[in-house]
Amino acid sequence: MRSQLTPAHAVSALLISLCAAVPYLASALDEPFYVIVFARIMVWAIAAISLNLIMGFGGMISFGHAVYLGIGGYAVGILAFHDITSAWIQLPVAMGLCAVVALVFGVICLRTRGIYFIMITLALAQMVFFLSVSAERYGSDDGLNILWRSEFGSGIIDLEDGAVMYYTIFAALLGCLLLQWRIVVSRFGMVLRASQSNDTRVQAVGIPTYRYRLAAFVIAGVMCGLAGFLQANLERFVSPDMMNWHRSGELILMTVLGGTATLFGPLVGAVVFLLLSEILSTITIHWHLVFGPFLILVVLFARGGVMGLLGSRAARD
Amino acid sequence: MDYVLLIEQLLNGFQLGIILFLMAAGLTLVFGIMDLVNLAHGSLFMIGAFVGGTLTLATGSLMLGAVLMVPAMFAIGVLVETIALRTLYRRSHLDQVLATFGLILFFNEATRLIWGPEGLAVPLPDFLEGTVALGAGITYPLYRVVIIVIGILVALGLYLLVARTRFGMLVRAGASNRVMAGALGVNIPVLFSLVFGIGAVLAGLAGLIITPITQAAIGMGEDVLILAFVVIVIGGIGSVRGAFVAALLTGIIDTMGRSFLDVILLLFLSPNAAESAGPALSSMLIYILMAGILFFRPQGLFPPRSATAAP
Repeated sequence: MRSQLTPAHAVSALLISLCAAVPYLASALDEPFYVIVFARIMVWAIAAISLNLIMGFGGMISFGHAVYLGIGGYAVGILAFHDITSAWIQLPVAMGLCAVVALVFGVICLRTRGIYFIMITLALAQMVFFLSVSAERYGSDDGLNILWRSEFGSGIIDLEDGAVMYYTIFAALLGCLLLQWRIVVSRFGMVLRASQSNDTRVQAVGIPTYRYRLAAFVIAGVMCGLAGFLQANLERFVSPDMMNWHRSGELILMTVLGGTATLFGPLVGAVVFLLLSEILSTITIHWHLVFGPFLILVVLFARGGVMGLLGSRAARD
Repeated sequence: MDYVLLIEQLLNGFQLGIILFLMAAGLTLVFGIMDLVNLAHGSLFMIGAFVGGTLTLATGSLMLGAVLMVPAMFAIGVLVETIALRTLYRRSHLDQVLATFGLILFFNEATRLIWGPEGLAVPLPDFLEGTVALGAGITYPLYRVVIIVIGILVALGLYLLVARTRFGMLVRAGASNRVMAGALGVNIPVLFSLVFGIGAVLAGLAGLIITPITQAAIGMGEDVLILAFVVIVIGGIGSVRGAFVAALLTGIIDTMGRSFLDVILLLFLSPNAAESAGPALSSMLIYILMAGILFFRPQGLFPPRSATAAP
């Protein structure tokens, strides 16, 4: 992980400072809209970081990762529906539920490799998606409105206040970036990265890689559950669309766009992806017509994503 | 539970299985031979419905529309393969997933631009309306019988093509060892284009065939695509025979689950609980089946013998 300072580091530092300053800049420019845009970007970045942990560093291409966004979100929505609004209950339930689901899915998926892994994660996520669609009590397709954001019960963290909501997400983002870094440079992370490049050899050394991969899968699920918790609170709304397979595809996209297996790639990718779609969609409603081919070109020509172009050496080696 | 309904639903499941097979056959061939994850296969299903539907409305005959659709879909398939997918064969699965995801966005939007957001309705011709009596008091819509017959004929034709012809021999050789087949003088790029074209025709046929029942809509291929993924994972990637068995299994279990699971649950649960658990559980049924099969056979029911040789 040790490398010289590159433009990639400068961009990462700039982005973090930008995220910190957005509420002030937005009020100075009188464009309050950007606060919600960047809050959304940061939530997506947390989800993309969690995916990067297993996909970038562990080689597990999960095509159903948005399912944990949905589970985390529905934990908030359903508990709030039953008048349980305490964050001290909602947050552990959201993350615990994601841990259990990720454990079960991981046990099934990690028996397979390659194409099989991609398709099984997709299919299992679809299963939960259809479960949420068929839950008539909780709004089916239409989703659930959340009247009250999670209550932490102290005077300091009041999520109903827009600025507090924003900086709670910002703090969570910093925490996840830090955690990702600690995991990747630890012995655990080294096993994970080693098993990505040659699983058989790592096993031959005597390390049971299956357990490490499963643990990483669960950690990623829980982290994405946190993103779901934040998203539900931010939007005051949950619906099956949160775990539509297009969302999982977009998560992969952000991670690759930013640069897989780089620490700040997911954040960069989330910023680029969401700003680009925001801008393109104001130009034409048929923006997917441009965006689709753009994606293909990125895949074909810009290997290593934005971070790769900026000279980060951590990108896929 | 009355047996007429049971047999009707069994036939409905069979018919869903046939549609799934038409999709899964192309997918599994492309996977097995080219080692390509093609998410855009669902888009070919949709394009088949729109192109075939337009041809049907232009000629005034569903039969003529279907016949004209075959060369059109073949051309579209070969075009997509040569322009967009050919460069992806040597890339990682991740790159393939992303690039074909981009293709889906493109095709969905292009369809919206050409045919508008409402979709396209194709009327069923008069002579295919009505029902047929299958004996023992069972009647069944004629068109659904036609779908089943067409599907069985296509499956048979595909089997003969792969197992009995020189082209099929080359396909099997390419599937088991691409490099060796190339070294022996098989023109691999042409073979790949042809296989992809056939896959596109099958997907397009599946799309057109259900259009008189459902009508053509943007994104219609995506749910079918994911079901087709389940099918080829259960059947074993690269195996057409596996795709056939798994498609029928998936179609029948899904349909039967949706119609009878709540009745079965009534035997164990209170009416209230059964009514809410039934739909939820039945929509999860095939995924549970898939997870169960994979747990015991990670390579699917019919793993191709060469699967271990592929890099």
